[in-house]
Amino acid sequence: MSIWQEAWDYISSGANWMGENGLTRPTFDGGWKFAHDSIVALTIEHLYMSFAAVALAAITALPLGIALGHARRGGMVTVALSNVSRAMPTLALLTLFAASAIGFGNRAVIIAAAIFAFPPILTNAFTGMADVDADVREAAEGQGLTRLQVATRVELPLAWPLIAAGLRTSASQTVATVPLAALVAGGGLGVIISTGMATQRYGEVLAGGVLVAALTLAVDAGMGALQRRLTPPPLRAASLAPA
Amino acid sequence: MDDARPNPWLSWRYVESNWTELSDQLTIHTTLTLQAIAIALAIAFPLAVLARNVRWLTRPILGVTGVLYTIPSFALFALLAPFTGIGRTTVLIGLVVYTLLVLVRNILAGLEGVDRDVVDAARGLGYSRLRLLWGVEIPNALPSIVAGLRIATVTTVALVTVGVVVGYGGLGQLMFRGFQSNYRAQIATSSILCLLLALVLDLAIVVAARAAMPWARRRRAS
Repeated sequence: MSIWQEAWDYISSGANWMGENGLTRPTFDGGWKFAHDSIVALTIEHLYMSFAAVALAAITALPLGIALGHARRGGMVTVALSNVSRAMPTLALLTLFAASAIGFGNRAVIIAAAIFAFPPILTNAFTGMADVDADVREAAEGQGLTRLQVATRVELPLAWPLIAAGLRTSASQTVATVPLAALVAGGGLGVIISTGMATQRYGEVLAGGVLVAALTLAVDAGMGALQRRLTPPPLRAASLAPA
Repeated sequence: MDDARPNPWLSWRYVESNWTELSDQLTIHTTLTLQAIAIALAIAFPLAVLARNVRWLTRPILGVTGVLYTIPSFALFALLAPFTGIGRTTVLIGLVVYTLLVLVRNILAGLEGVDRDVVDAARGLGYSRLRLLWGVEIPNALPSIVAGLRIATVTTVALVTVGVVVGYGGLGQLMFRGFQSNYRAQIATSSILCLLLALVLDLAIVVAARAAMPWARRRRAS
């Protein structure tokens, strides 16, 4: 039996999608958790963790990036931050958390993922605001707009495409990073891969990998559509590469 | 969690008594990174030149590298494992795939950004296509290529740790074992070594780039 056949058997069986006993499991303290034998439950958990991480990062990074970009201060710091974050392995952060007071499991993974989601959002918000054409800004000031109005009515609309690109980059990165949670007792689709590796069922590993890749592509496509939506029509012609 | 015995984050005694293992994994980590970058460069350069010279290939090449990049590293190593087994080869293939995208994009952007007038002038002087590429376009595209190389190198150092999935993650191996046994010194030391390695390689590229671009130095000095 080939690996592809095994993977197909795993994906095509309904029991694997819905789990043996439904999507949730009661926990010993009266709460509930996602069932880890159900693809549907794991996908929902994966999306919830990714969304929580990106939301956490966006709430902090967006105002900061927009304010710094508007003032055109702190560019060096944002660049340094994104460089250091590239060098820091996710696994290092997850294991550091696990050995500290933060512990392991989903909450620790969400915090770690948020830290990695932060730099792309910050950098793009900063660049988008700071790179608005000086002539455009001066024209707006000449019309008598206050500084706040220039920021909200002129700079922000022009910066939106880049800000949205940053959110998109950060979202697809996060969905692709969350599977590592399975290594530190977290949930999400990574569980299928790590369980498959542990039990040497490589068909399951392949199935898990395909599922995660599909979810990443789907989220990226969804965010791409959102990015186009948020871009003012006159600016749509300019194709924007995510930074 | 109450520790019966002290469990420090940083301990020189840990480093001393485990130096063999630390240096072994650091060596594996470094060689894997350099090997992946070298292979990726060797593939990315011809690809980027091809993508630029053959117009209808530009989009497919960028598209394929883009799709490869969206495959999560964790999944990719796991996907390769059934075919290439567990260990070095699997991790290396994964690293090369990720590095390719960054490099191809940056080399292409660099080549596209060369001043048309400069290229025309060289053509007028009778430069052949190959000499034009070597003597004019690549030197002019170097800043962008170096930027791509720096990102690729630093990212690769971090990515090696994901090789834990197939039991070959260099320093990641130590992080993961430290997690399993709640050994703080091991986690902290291997994380710091990983960051330092990225920093050192990044600096090495910057220094090498400065040496390779004397004209840029002169421009800044004047």
